[in-house]
Amino acid sequence: MKDENEAIDEAVDPSRRAFMGVAAGVTAAVVAPGVLLHAVAAAPRSEPVTADVRWGLLIDTAKCVDGCSACVAACDRENGLDMQSKPESQSPLKWDSQKAVWIRKVKLQDNQTGRVTTLPMMCQHCEHPPCVDVCPTGASFKRADGIVMVDRHLCIGCRYCMMACPYKARNFIHEAVHGQLTAVPRGKGCVESCNLCVHRRDFGEESTACVDACAAEGHHAIVFGDLKDPASPISQLLKDMPSRQIREDLSLNTGVRYSGV
Amino acid sequence: MKRIVYREWRIPPARYWSILGILAAVAGTAVLAFGYMEHTGHWVTGMNNSVVWGTPHVFAVFLIIAASGALNIASIGTVFHKPIYKPLGRLSGLLAVALLMGGLLVLVMDLGRPERLIVAMTNYNFSSIFAWNIFLYTGFMVIVIAYLWTMADRQGGPFNRPVGILAFLWRLALTTGTGAIFGFLVARQAYDAAILAPMFVIMSFAYGLAIFMLVLLFAFNDEGRPIGPKVLRRLKNLLGVFVAGVLYFTLVYHLTNLYGAKNDGLEHWLMLSGGIYTFLFWVGWVLIGGLLPLGILYHPELSKERNWIVAACSLVILGGLATLYVIIIGSQAYPIQMFPGQTILESGFFDGVNGQPGPYSPTIPEVLLGLGGVAIALIITVVGVRVLQFLPESLADDVVPVDEETLSEEAFAKPA
Repeated sequence: MKDENEAIDEAVDPSRRAFMGVAAGVTAAVVAPGVLLHAVAAAPRSEPVTADVRWGLLIDTAKCVDGCSACVAACDRENGLDMQSKPESQSPLKWDSQKAVWIRKVKLQDNQTGRVTTLPMMCQHCEHPPCVDVCPTGASFKRADGIVMVDRHLCIGCRYCMMACPYKARNFIHEAVHGQLTAVPRGKGCVESCNLCVHRRDFGEESTACVDACAAEGHHAIVFGDLKDPASPISQLLKDMPSRQIREDLSLNTGVRYSGV
Repeated sequence: MKRIVYREWRIPPARYWSILGILAAVAGTAVLAFGYMEHTGHWVTGMNNSVVWGTPHVFAVFLIIAASGALNIASIGTVFHKPIYKPLGRLSGLLAVALLMGGLLVLVMDLGRPERLIVAMTNYNFSSIFAWNIFLYTGFMVIVIAYLWTMADRQGGPFNRPVGILAFLWRLALTTGTGAIFGFLVARQAYDAAILAPMFVIMSFAYGLAIFMLVLLFAFNDEGRPIGPKVLRRLKNLLGVFVAGVLYFTLVYHLTNLYGAKNDGLEHWLMLSGGIYTFLFWVGWVLIGGLLPLGILYHPELSKERNWIVAACSLVILGGLATLYVIIIGSQAYPIQMFPGQTILESGFFDGVNGQPGPYSPTIPEVLLGLGGVAIALIITVVGVRVLQFLPESLADDVVPVDEETLSEEAFAKPA
């Protein structure tokens, strides 16, 4: 009995083996191009973000022009914020306090000297971001390259990061979103802020929307670059000109530096 | 002293169901308000990008800290060996769980993405005090339910004191954690103060006890159960101490701020020119929540009258809500000082142009949501005392346990 069973086990049906071979081949032929194509398309973004770079901005307030808001308009366009629409029954004033603003112009006057400064404010991309410390789910996070942003899949909309941000950089999406850009997904009930045009980083582009817009206006008040690369224009400028962090006393080591305030 | 007998709350069914019906109606409108806010988005609330936490958070934080405060009565009996408080322990535990449940529900229902609560329970960032609080809150409920079991079940008796001590320590951690939600925030001047944590603890003592006393007096009065002057006097004196404690912490907090020049702007705004916040600070926080109840509770005549004690408790609760309104909303409304020594002339994002505070006015859905939390807490309490033996049959002087106080009853009988 036993021998007979073994004999049966060993006798392999050749037609069955052939079928398996064909099936495997067909499957491979169908799936492989998809896998390969996917791999090719993803090539620029396939490498993980490294801590070899730290992205940052330098803002020269001497060059920032009063009345110009090209950076704000460019940011709105780049990130689809210009597609925000006021809910019909909402008052314009209240809507102003509820719509998302990733970058804003601020005009200050020194109480002692009367000197007036204008500058753009946005997320300062801290090395030790308070928003990341307080986020209960880890949705607020810092990338290895220094960009602080929100994982919109993890954000539960508790707004604790907005309480913790010393720069008032974060926004809560108060209304249903109609129309958004593929590169910048947005959704009601989540928190968002400037992410240094992170989609551009992922495609290897060199600057941000606000920097480009400022340069296009001929002001060149904002410089983008790698703070860790001593040869980068931003590092060279920081070496030469006096600059500071906003709210330096908090020792957050911001990635956005200001000169002339 | 006689044996303490606990009995279900036996008010007539018609009255019981009316109370439940009213509470359910309040909770129901809160559910509608929640649905409305979540469906349309938070733009229908008064909250905005400057004042990000609003009226729901005032109610939620009030209920959460009152929850830990309500447990005090049980702790005093178990941990600090004051037998006179022991008959009150069960109600104290029930209220603690109920208030916490109400507060947490409000907090959760105000989230931008409440359906992602599961995310909050599966992804933790342990550098966030919020994440710690999730454990502190759920742990509190489990421990207090176990505590109630040790009080009510003969088998649980031996564990009563250990569990009671654990519950006491846990409630201190919980309120410290709740205060630290604000105390750890370096961004805003009015927060960023370690004193907020102990201040929240003492606030919880006062608010929790005030709610406990109101519920106790209402429940006993409605069914005609007796409360003797001895218990009442102990409770009202305790409330007085706690209210004075809140005032003391308030004083120290503001004196500290006033001493350093960097906070002059904040203090000047809050004390003098902050509009509704200045009004709520002086009239709500200090007068209604502090001085008036203190005046009643230590008045030689008024403090003996039950209605005045009820009034004092109500004032403490109203003042408490005003206090949290100032702490939570006022502290956000005061503009973040990003550029000390400079005046903001223009801003595209409400950065406090010419010192203007952030805009906020509460809306009806927010208030309804907050009241819903109160209703849920009361529903749990009402159903609890109705179906289970939480309330002692009598707190008359000859029934409550002998206390060390009775040794010199004469001395204590004199007006303070």
